[in-house]
Amino acid sequence: MSGKRTLEFELATTGVDTRGRPVRVPLGVAGAATAEDDEVDVSGHHMLLNLGPQHPATHGVLRLVVELDGEVVVRAIPHVGYLHSGFEKLGEYRHYNQIIPLTDRTDYLSPMSNNVGLALAVEKLMGIEITDRCRVLRVIACEMSRIISHLVWMGTMAIDIGAFTPFLWTFYERERIYNFQEAWTGARLTTSLTRVGGMMADVPDGFVEGLREWCRNFPKTLDEVDRVLSRNGIWCARTQGVGALTAEEAVNYSLSGPMLRASGVPYDVRKDRPYLGYETYDFDVPVGEHGDVYDRYLVRFEELRQSTRILEHALGRLPDGPINVDDPRVILPPKSAAMSDMEAMIFHFKQVMEGVKAPVGEAYFPIENGKGELGYYLVSDGTAKPVRWRIRPPSFINLAALPKMAEGNLLSDLIAINASVDIVMGEVDR
Amino acid sequence: MNPSVGALRERFGRRIGRAVVSCGDSVVYVDPAAIREVLRWLKETAGQQYNYLVDVTAVEYRDPERPLEVVYELFSLERRVPLRVKVELPKDGALELDSVVPVWRGADWLEREVYDMFGVTFRGHPDLRRILMWETYAEGYPLRKDFPLRGRFSRSEQVRQALNIHPEAHYSMEELSIADAYQDLPADVRERLSRGERGEVPEQPPESR
Amino acid sequence: MGLTGPTTVESLSPNWLTTRLDALVNWARANSLWPMPFGTACCAIEFMATAASRFDLARFGMERMAFSPRQADVLICAGRLPFKLAPVIRRIYDQMPQPKWVISMGACASTGGIFDTYAMVQGIDTVVPVDVYVPGCPPRPEGLLYGVLLLHKKIKGETLANGDLRREHPLGVTGLRLPPEAVDELSEPFGNSVHQTRSA
Repeated sequence: MSGKRTLEFELATTGVDTRGRPVRVPLGVAGAATAEDDEVDVSGHHMLLNLGPQHPATHGVLRLVVELDGEVVVRAIPHVGYLHSGFEKLGEYRHYNQIIPLTDRTDYLSPMSNNVGLALAVEKLMGIEITDRCRVLRVIACEMSRIISHLVWMGTMAIDIGAFTPFLWTFYERERIYNFQEAWTGARLTTSLTRVGGMMADVPDGFVEGLREWCRNFPKTLDEVDRVLSRNGIWCARTQGVGALTAEEAVNYSLSGPMLRASGVPYDVRKDRPYLGYETYDFDVPVGEHGDVYDRYLVRFEELRQSTRILEHALGRLPDGPINVDDPRVILPPKSAAMSDMEAMIFHFKQVMEGVKAPVGEAYFPIENGKGELGYYLVSDGTAKPVRWRIRPPSFINLAALPKMAEGNLLSDLIAINASVDIVMGEVDR
Repeated sequence: MNPSVGALRERFGRRIGRAVVSCGDSVVYVDPAAIREVLRWLKETAGQQYNYLVDVTAVEYRDPERPLEVVYELFSLERRVPLRVKVELPKDGALELDSVVPVWRGADWLEREVYDMFGVTFRGHPDLRRILMWETYAEGYPLRKDFPLRGRFSRSEQVRQALNIHPEAHYSMEELSIADAYQDLPADVRERLSRGERGEVPEQPPESR
Repeated sequence: MGLTGPTTVESLSPNWLTTRLDALVNWARANSLWPMPFGTACCAIEFMATAASRFDLARFGMERMAFSPRQADVLICAGRLPFKLAPVIRRIYDQMPQPKWVISMGACASTGGIFDTYAMVQGIDTVVPVDVYVPGCPPRPEGLLYGVLLLHKKIKGETLANGDLRREHPLGVTGLRLPPEAVDELSEPFGNSVHQTRSA
């Protein structure tokens, strides 16, 4: 009896049997069955592996339960909800302008475009037409967001596959964008940039010149990353032909953004359901061919260059004029007026205490975020708080296709595939 | 108004309810019993081709008389046209609906989320269980209007339940039933599962009350 | 640093110095903390920025990120903690060997922040003990670095003679770290959220 116990102990710790062959060490308890019979054949036995929710390669608190046959993934079952914070419930208790700070914290990799998306949805609900300058500023905000979102993705995906250096380069560029973001909004990450009917603030002095200068230098960093990764043998071997989805599958899974375009479907909300005058900007939508991890990398990489192009274009055409609509019902009067003018003070008081009332109705407004189609669906019953605030979360829906992509791949490829989805758990779980 | 609404009326007659335009979006109400058929027709018929399911969600109004609505947001990638299809489920009846997972695979998680947050059951869904909250979450359906913002239980009870949940509540039945793995589960987990329990929260010990 | 070497010229020797054992141990511990980044949400991005090139957390002895709790000294909870995640952080904390410390980074980890909802733990101190709270939503990297320096200060004030300091405190019979009344009190809404209207 005591001898047998020793054998079990060895099996549990070393993971090999008495002849030195590897043995499956299952879920918690060491293999009592294999100790009886050392001729046991381990082929065909499936192992259950739990990955996460605290794991450096799952980009947050995603949990994957993987059924493995040897090293091959038979099934991957994602478990989400570990970051569920109740955004949509909380939104039903907030005025429309109070929801904007919440949107910062859903997809916290691109806060400014979330702000823009929500403001656009509310403006659609209320029928507000924003000013020209505001429109161009919002385009600038959206493209800056797309760039920093893709930069995080690029750095962390490179780390997942084993290259550390691009992470430092991309974070260096991110810090520079953060400087612009901070100069504009006062915050590095939680920007709360927009208001219903306008913006929180106009861009500060020197912003346009600084950003133009940045746009000239940024492609150099991109070229460096390109040189290190795009034709790198290891990078190609780890990404090409891995986790491929056909165009039909991608549409069937409702994928959006770079995930959908890498599979060859040229659907970009900026082109196909234009908003903010995107149809007047000069840019291309990169489309992949194979739908694998490498194509997703190429698509996002090219989007970084195209976003820089849009930024340059937008900076060149930035018109003068007001940033807010001229409507005291939705825009707060300036502080000086609120302190001296009775009427302005009443508007100020009503807006702060009662909020901006939206007419009865509902609106769905999609924008192209870094992750894909980000939509806000608002239902109003005529009060200042929405009946329902629904976020159409692109990375939640993209992540749902992960089991399909992972099937039959190696466990190590699962990490590359998961990185290529570009999830952000704040948005997946909301 | 989107011309597809007229085509739907022609094809399905009385099973199509009212149609409205709100903020420029066309919304059409459909009989709950016909939803899968209608959506399949919209997806596959030439001239309609709503092949992209943007979103599935639900809305409950503050007015308790109004029924709960399940919302399908469709988009045609070929024709670049959106359409919103809605189904009304009276709150005194069973909140049940046919799943559209056979039509769009992407509806899988979206329907699970509606189930989790609103308690709408989707018939024919391959794996309908809670997705954002854990499986034995006992407080109800968070996005329903009768659910308080801070939850039903006290904060200490919420923390206690979260910390003391049995491990099988964090696994799906599918995972636990993988034959090899089942034999390797700890005895107490196997025993609870054989009784048909899914990771109950242990009772509070009497001395702590 | 708390270390004193020989002071007179004739006693100069590279081979010895006198110090208190506490000072030596704490000096060593404080300057080679291995963080366990428990990054969940927005704060994790700022944590990454702190670790990356511009702010360089490695300057403070935190070069090595220990993604395994068994090789870590400081649990940095960066981001909000929903109830679904509470057993996870508790387990990670239990798996960390002594000596161990906890930094609660950001408003959500410290108090629940703006998320006074059904899904969120109102402060991780209802689940694990916390040494340093870093305010901010999210804290700037400088803020986190200041928190790390405060932790250094705290560590340097510890003494090996205190036997209670390194004792494990498993969950009690109630299944909670604190008495239920204390958890309820800590989770009470405060400040502005008391006045937030419920529903229109």
